[in-house]
Amino acid sequence: MSKVHVKLKINDQEMEGLCEPRTLLVHFLRENLSLTGTHIGCETTHCGACTVDLNGKSVKSCTMLAVQAQGANVTTIEGMANADGTMGALQEGFRQMHGLQCGYCTPGMIVRAHRLLQENPNPTEEEIRFGIAGNLCRCTGYQNIVKAIQHAAAKLRGEEFLEAAE
Amino acid sequence: MIPGTFDYFRPRSVAEATKFLHKSKNASVLAGGHSLLPMMKLRVAAPSALVDLAGIAALRGIKKVGGNIVIGAMTTQHEVLASALIAKHVPLLHEAAQLIADPQVRYVGTLGGNVANGDPGNDMPAVMMALDATYKITGPTKRRAVKARVFYKGLYETALKSGEIVTAIEIPVPGKHGFAYEKLKRKIGDYATAGAAVVLTMKAGKVSACAIALTNLGATPLLADAAAKALVGQAPDDKAIGAAVAAARAIMDPANDTRGTPEYRKSVGGIYVERAIRCAIAAAAG
Repeated sequence: MSKVHVKLKINDQEMEGLCEPRTLLVHFLRENLSLTGTHIGCETTHCGACTVDLNGKSVKSCTMLAVQAQGANVTTIEGMANADGTMGALQEGFRQMHGLQCGYCTPGMIVRAHRLLQENPNPTEEEIRFGIAGNLCRCTGYQNIVKAIQHAAAKLRGEEFLEAAE
Repeated sequence: MIPGTFDYFRPRSVAEATKFLHKSKNASVLAGGHSLLPMMKLRVAAPSALVDLAGIAALRGIKKVGGNIVIGAMTTQHEVLASALIAKHVPLLHEAAQLIADPQVRYVGTLGGNVANGDPGNDMPAVMMALDATYKITGPTKRRAVKARVFYKGLYETALKSGEIVTAIEIPVPGKHGFAYEKLKRKIGDYATAGAAVVLTMKAGKVSACAIALTNLGATPLLADAAAKALVGQAPDDKAIGAAVAAARAIMDPANDTRGTPEYRKSVGGIYVERAIRCAIAAAAG
């Protein structure tokens, strides 16, 4: 099977690699480009651990071929920190609100929440829960994930989030 | 888990796509891929080639043409949810799209893929049947149009012939109407255990027009014609609604799978038909 040359922009950097048409985007990111922050969870489009941002949309990279992402603008968890290397608002929110325990779902949660806050900077709790319905966490019970996203949303709006973690 | 090997082709036009599909033995159309790729990973589907429609701009977009809303086949569920035209003219599509999968899947999954896939678990086919939508189809030599109500032939079997692609969905804008899509699912992201779409019009306290269609209660989506007829001309009291539910149940033939036994699914199927009818009546009266 002949290989395809895939070029895309990831976290503001031009990247490229050779892969078979059947190579999934998540494998291309992790194995060809060594961006292992994006996790492989269920591999069946359910859990959202593999979520990346692609052309302004949250997508499950286990259910997309690398060739489908040809020329795309992709943001992964590696692109979520501030330019100076300090934690971005969502990373800080997850830390302050204890939004993770084992951490396996966290890259997908943060990348998904990033797009959610781009579209809705001041979401209600219900909107957050509906917005992250495609991301499963088996540790936290979601309470502190919701608070982490609220914490980040407040910070990005220049406000302070006054609630404590559960 | 990765798919078997295949050739990948990304045409720039519908003509190029249909030509390739027609001459290739076992090629599949790739729209959003959120039904096809999981099936390929499980090796339930093993196409020799994929024809990716993502590069064909003509297949995208939502517009109003005369008395119809025309939706390009590659329009995503997310775009349907974001559309003011849909909200204004066919809000039933919004109600149904919100119940499909999860945000990530709705960003990528397309309306065309949902209706052309032929999986009875897809939600939009029953909605399109209830709205009496028409699918615009382009083949290697000619174009044609097929009503949603006669498009579905069996499990993963549709009216599509070799080399044909659904390019757009045309929905006649209904007048003042009540509507509902009621779906029982085990969790967010799941296919329906049972689902029902209802579109109806009320006049002077009686149902003057009605269409009812069912999701995942048979090998194909089902148009519950007798159920709708049981309501038309009637004041929608418990007796008339009961007769409609009984008529809908009579055509249900759901699979025995992890979502329940056929008996259970027919039982809840009837309950969801009743809920959808009552919601639509309340909306039509309001």
